[in-house]
Amino acid sequence: MAHMENKKQQTQRIVITGELTIYTALELKDTLLAVLLTTNNLEIDLSEVSEIDAAGLQLLVMIKQHTALLGKVLRFSGHSPVVVELLNLSGLAGFFGDPLLMAHTSI
Amino acid sequence: MIPDEYLQTFVVECSELLEQMEEALLTVEQAEHDPEIINAIFRAAHTIKGSAGMFGLDPIVAFTHAAESVLDRVRSGDVIMTSILAALFIEVHDHLSVMINHVATGSQVSLETDNHGKSLIAQLAEYLSEILADQANFTAEVPIIHQFRLEREQSDVVGTDHWHLSLRFGPEVFRNGMDPFSFVRCLFSLGTIVQLVTLIDAIPVAENMDPECCYLGFEISFNSTSDKLAIESVFNFVRSDCLIRILPPRSKVSEYQRLILELPEQDMRLGEILVKCGTLTPKELENILCFQSEQEDEIQRPIGEVLVEQQLVSPPVVEAALEKQQQIKDHKKSEASLIRVDADKLDELINLVGELIIAGAGTNLIARRAKMANLIESTATLSRLVEEVRDSALALRMVQIGGTFNRFQRVVRDVSKELGKEVDLIISGAETELDKTVVEKIGDPLTHLVRNSMDHGIEAAELRLALGKPAKGTLKLNAYHDAGSIVIEVIDDGGGLNKEKILSKAIELGLITETENLTDKEIYSLIFEPGFSTVDAISNLSGRGVGMDVVRRNIQALRGTVDLDSVPGLGSTVRIRLPLTLAIIDGFMVGVGNAAYVIPLDMVVECVELSAWASDEGDGQYLNLRGEVLPYRRLRDHFNAEGETVQRENVVVVRYGEHKAGLVVDKLMGEFQTVIKPLGKLFNGEKSIGGFTILGSGEVALIVDVPGLMSQVEHKGITVAMA
Repeated sequence: MAHMENKKQQTQRIVITGELTIYTALELKDTLLAVLLTTNNLEIDLSEVSEIDAAGLQLLVMIKQHTALLGKVLRFSGHSPVVVELLNLSGLAGFFGDPLLMAHTSI
Repeated sequence: MIPDEYLQTFVVECSELLEQMEEALLTVEQAEHDPEIINAIFRAAHTIKGSAGMFGLDPIVAFTHAAESVLDRVRSGDVIMTSILAALFIEVHDHLSVMINHVATGSQVSLETDNHGKSLIAQLAEYLSEILADQANFTAEVPIIHQFRLEREQSDVVGTDHWHLSLRFGPEVFRNGMDPFSFVRCLFSLGTIVQLVTLIDAIPVAENMDPECCYLGFEISFNSTSDKLAIESVFNFVRSDCLIRILPPRSKVSEYQRLILELPEQDMRLGEILVKCGTLTPKELENILCFQSEQEDEIQRPIGEVLVEQQLVSPPVVEAALEKQQQIKDHKKSEASLIRVDADKLDELINLVGELIIAGAGTNLIARRAKMANLIESTATLSRLVEEVRDSALALRMVQIGGTFNRFQRVVRDVSKELGKEVDLIISGAETELDKTVVEKIGDPLTHLVRNSMDHGIEAAELRLALGKPAKGTLKLNAYHDAGSIVIEVIDDGGGLNKEKILSKAIELGLITETENLTDKEIYSLIFEPGFSTVDAISNLSGRGVGMDVVRRNIQALRGTVDLDSVPGLGSTVRIRLPLTLAIIDGFMVGVGNAAYVIPLDMVVECVELSAWASDEGDGQYLNLRGEVLPYRRLRDHFNAEGETVQRENVVVVRYGEHKAGLVVDKLMGEFQTVIKPLGKLFNGEKSIGGFTILGSGEVALIVDVPGLMSQVEHKGITVAMA
């Protein structure tokens, strides 16, 4: 689930908690796209993601591509261990280009 | 406790798998080294282990596991499947059957069986330990399997040692509850993923993207010593809706070309991915793309065509490949469309169809009496449909005899071991269909005949060589349809029957007198008499004098007959003739006096008016049918029918096997679909009636049992001739 936090005027921060999977993908897509309308600078906090699957990953890719298309900035931060693991497995870490804490790769 | 119905499914499944396994093992034992067959054996063992595990049947799991490990070695080529190993596996198979039987009956495994299992495991373990010892100096060489390899390919080999997997998942994968990454993780159990590239190109723009659709694909460079099948099996669950390409290590350049062509992404992008995976070197990619650009405008055309044009493959090869693909598809389809149905339900259906036919005939009759054209027309349509329903209902019960025949591979193998004779079994006509109940009941008599042929018919190898025959004996099982019945032949190339011996034995037993003059066929049929055996040494298998009479009785119980041909020195043929079905027949209705009789239509050859011929003024036994001698019988006399005689009698000429006979009747009433209802026990003694049926009018018509009637006609002929 996503919670919005208004840190600064420019940077919208959103925290995804719990599952980032097929079960939540539909809802998250709408939420994330809606948030993206309100800001030019979005940060998605993944530290609370407890579970991620291919559908979740695919959603992140889509949103990343979408922001690039709109000329906006999107950053993922605080990748939780499961997210790091999947990014490593999929080889998509480079695509997102966000700094990762490699300490979690021992999974 | 496991619910009974699941357990039953498990037992049925296992028996089927064991059957397949046995068949494959027997093929392997004859030194045929086809990796597909080894795979079949492995799969069977693997599935049994898996299902047994599900039910917590630990002894079966442990035992199968030992077998599976050895099979895995065979598959990877570490162990050679010798005939000794195959024989061991046949024992393993038998032991498994015993264990599964125990599961089926819910009984405890006896100590003896248990020990047998342990000794088998120990024997299997020997194969494993040998390997472990060898492992030290065994450099793991990756097996190169080129499935569907096309000939005449001249392109270079790509230098990588890794497998290349291209996966494009279908949109429904998520909704089907699967995660593409779980398959990737599964791959870890088979080897190491050298490089994985996730393809995100297919993800559409935000508005069009359905988050519950899967748009992902993977290109994977994979290092594994497993074979293609094992890798493929990882993707078993998603195979139907995904594009999966697996290229073995060191595949041809052209195979990569094809891969690039087949995948949805642009060639260039894909090529880069392949380089990124480490599958191709940049140089190799250049070669491939170079080749590709030469035929840029042809890319829309089917790949096969392009390949042919490039003379990489010849058209027949492409056709063969396509056909093979089609076959595999068809096979999968047929596997998926099978339903298990309770035999009782089928019987009930057949029974109902039978009633329907009777009711339909009744309506038909009423319509005709009412002389309403519309009604007659509609009943005609109805009866045509009913006829079709009948045929398809009966077809449901028809099974190919091949399954029964294949069981004899094992019988022949075992018996030849026991007797020390080498015998080849040749099966033909395996696709001949017959009623399931008949198939079930024919097994025992056939087994007996096969054993008999091998024991008495086929000579020992030395004798065969001395007679100028090949040392290996041949036993043939053949089946075909003939005049509404199925004929099953057991043919051996042994010594044939010894007429003199049979005669002297028959005289000794008091079956015939010395003065009797019998035809060869009659002499041979004597061996079907109770208590008959001409072999002096009673072997373990046959020759005890019980058997052939039981065989004949069993076959007669199925309304069939059995006879025997033999050529001294060349072998003998036992021919079993059985009706195709036991339930419904197309009948030909005739009237005699006030009653109606039904003659099975398949046996009717022709109908002729009696007075048009040279009549039977002579001896009252034979007619002259266009110069042919035809024994005949008046049904009126035979059944003591009452009622007025008619002016012009008709003769129905019937044929059964090689015999023809004439039946004189009063009236010909035409075709009639007949549901056979069995007669009560009271009529057991009556050989010339096979059953009865109910006519549309509610009257009863008796069904003439032609073979039974014929034997009576012939018998009477003989007694008259002798008197």
